[in-house]
Amino acid sequence: MTTDSNSNMANGTVISDSAEAVGDVTNSPLLDLLTGFIVELRNAGLPVSLTENLDAMEAVQHIPLEDRVALKYALAATLVKNHSHWKAFEIVFDVYFSLRGEEYALDSELLDGPLEDDDEDEQSPGGEGKGEQGQGGSNSGMTPEELAEMLYNALANGDASMMRSMARESVRRYAGMEPGRPVGGTYYLYRTLRNLDLDGVLEKLMQQEQDESGETSDFEQRLQRDEYKDRIEALKKEIEAEIRRRLVADRGVEAMAKTLRKPLPEDVDFMHASREEMANLRKAIYPLTRKLAVRLARKRRRGRKGPLDFRHTIRTSLSYGGVPAEPKFRNPRPKKPEIMVIADISGSVAAFARFTLHLVYALSSQFTQVRSFVFIDGLDEVTEYFEQTDDITEAIHRVNSEADVVWVDGHSDYGHALEVFWNAYGKDVGPKTSVLILGDARNNYHAPNSWIIKDIKERARNVFWLNPEPKSYWDTGDSIIGEYSQYCDGIFEVRNLRQLESFADNLV
Amino acid sequence: MDHRFESVNEVREKLESVDYLADDAIAGIVHLSDRLEKPILIEGPAGTGKTQLAKSVAEMTGAKLIRLQCYEGLDEAKALYEWNYKKQLLRIQADRSGDSDWSELEDDIFSEEFLLTRPLLEAIRAEEPVVLLIDEVDRVEIETEALLLEILSEYQVSIPELGTVTAKQIPLVFLTSNNTRELSEALKRRCLYLHLDYPDMDREKQIVMTRVPNITDHLADQVARVVRSIRSLELKKHPSVSETIDWARTLVLLGIDKIDAQTATDTVNILLKYRTDIDKAVKDMNANADSYTGS
Repeated sequence: MTTDSNSNMANGTVISDSAEAVGDVTNSPLLDLLTGFIVELRNAGLPVSLTENLDAMEAVQHIPLEDRVALKYALAATLVKNHSHWKAFEIVFDVYFSLRGEEYALDSELLDGPLEDDDEDEQSPGGEGKGEQGQGGSNSGMTPEELAEMLYNALANGDASMMRSMARESVRRYAGMEPGRPVGGTYYLYRTLRNLDLDGVLEKLMQQEQDESGETSDFEQRLQRDEYKDRIEALKKEIEAEIRRRLVADRGVEAMAKTLRKPLPEDVDFMHASREEMANLRKAIYPLTRKLAVRLARKRRRGRKGPLDFRHTIRTSLSYGGVPAEPKFRNPRPKKPEIMVIADISGSVAAFARFTLHLVYALSSQFTQVRSFVFIDGLDEVTEYFEQTDDITEAIHRVNSEADVVWVDGHSDYGHALEVFWNAYGKDVGPKTSVLILGDARNNYHAPNSWIIKDIKERARNVFWLNPEPKSYWDTGDSIIGEYSQYCDGIFEVRNLRQLESFADNLV
Repeated sequence: MDHRFESVNEVREKLESVDYLADDAIAGIVHLSDRLEKPILIEGPAGTGKTQLAKSVAEMTGAKLIRLQCYEGLDEAKALYEWNYKKQLLRIQADRSGDSDWSELEDDIFSEEFLLTRPLLEAIRAEEPVVLLIDEVDRVEIETEALLLEILSEYQVSIPELGTVTAKQIPLVFLTSNNTRELSEALKRRCLYLHLDYPDMDREKQIVMTRVPNITDHLADQVARVVRSIRSLELKKHPSVSETIDWARTLVLLGIDKIDAQTATDTVNILLKYRTDIDKAVKDMNANADSYTGS
């Protein structure tokens, strides 16, 4: 029976996958929905293969479809194979399935028109948006004070379902959403939160807590505050989800999914990463540096065999009756790679530099022999800042405050920085050294001194240059990357994790 | 094909009966793995119960747990099977005087009698139900991963001299990874994926309650809260669930029924293992709550 439905599903999916009309598969509404869902996941950048697609189709047959949570995890288990994609998945899931599920039944009464047949671009005249003026609804009889009171109680008791309906009510009341208005969700979120004054609520909660339980230690207060903060965060998420659901109802699933599409962590541009994205990048960089480390070390492990292993040869000879018919050799001992990282930390690559320093830090925790240098127009070695501490923020702070990288005016001068490097540390570059240079090669029209790169190249095992600028900007203005590139083993545009990864992949 | 579990809830209840508290994601994926006959790949930070999940599933289904610990340099002979060449040699030697011809002998020494089964083959050939745990799969080189592909998708092992050994029963397979490197697409595609993160506060409290005997509700609650606060800091290594449990045990042994800043400071070294992390956490715990008020 399972196999039967299997092949059935398989047929259906293959057809829909090639974007042709879906045949008369029994449960085709679901199939359509899932197909659209998966197409959107792919649009968002998730690598969903055909097998995974089929798995998802089969998986949904084994769970009760009215169970939204089970559906979510079943789809996640089959379609999302990388934790950094989880967030993107969650957003797409919310958009596609937000209007379904019993717990939202209440809402479908509330949001009458556009909900039932929202697929068409229907302009709903009497839509939910005008709720501010007191449209008929279950909770609309409340005054703002009563709402605030209920919200306060919900937060104080940590009542999840109450918080959810409060979130709904506050969005209805304060967000002032109007159908068809081309405004992003963040605007509505801001409007809602402004009216709720959650910081004030937190203080009030803390005050009340103190009044009730008498004298509590700072430590207990601290824990209680964390608890309330957590609840407020949860409330914010509810509000966000509610706004999103209303937007989906208004604009339709596909349009909304498109608006909410954000680059995956590996596609986030280093130069324009937000604080939150930066945090994600940092997490993702550790496995990557390990890969980089392995790639840089690899060549030495394969290929030529080492000297004869006498003991091993004798041991194997026993199986040939004592004749050493099969000589055995030692594997060559993998040598510790030496890496020198030279990173530009000037203003023009400030955002990249933050990332660069994390990369350097991660590298130095993987390798024993990493020497790191930073420069603007002067250059300084910062190896020990990273080695002496486990704390990356402290290391970065020391780099920014103590490293002697300014020579004249604090504008990048690659020529001079390279000269300092060559004079002071050039003798340490050996045939085992890989040199990584990170920077945009914007030299402010100073002398390039590209002969230094050439000399380094002659002495080092290899020299790679990673440039955070888009390729189309290279050699424009004061960028002299071309001048340097002729002497490097490779020069790579590295603006996001994906590119860094492909750099690591090609390092063989 | 009959299934091991009827519903997601059944999985959850059974896991609970062996003291493993599963959330929706965990129970859902175990159920799905049984239905789709696909392995589960579990990733997540160390100490969140990845290996324990496999053990608990084995315990609750009454299956035998076969474990393959991965390490750098793991090869076919250690993971799949190996020919017992010493025994083969003996067989040849014993036959020297005899008169059986070569092809007969060849058939003989490449028979099951001379096969040493390793964990993967053992799991495939088992008659009784088994749970196969392939632990820390990210430790093997990316090339070695390929060894696993056949068994993960077809539940069979091909031995050139013998032919293909197909599973008598489909085992439940768990792979764990600490995410020190990206696993190959081929491997991921064959598996269901579960990211096991630190549990939320309520679940952690429940875990502490089930795992630590004689702990009071109040203390468990405090433990979970403190741990949550510590995890919100930016640390080199966050406290794992097992460290939380250790900490709770210690507190119970010390006869502490209420955590204050002093006890937390004194015992935080059980939760955190790096000097810098401990300093940070202690500083944070002793920070005056009023300093958080902002304005």
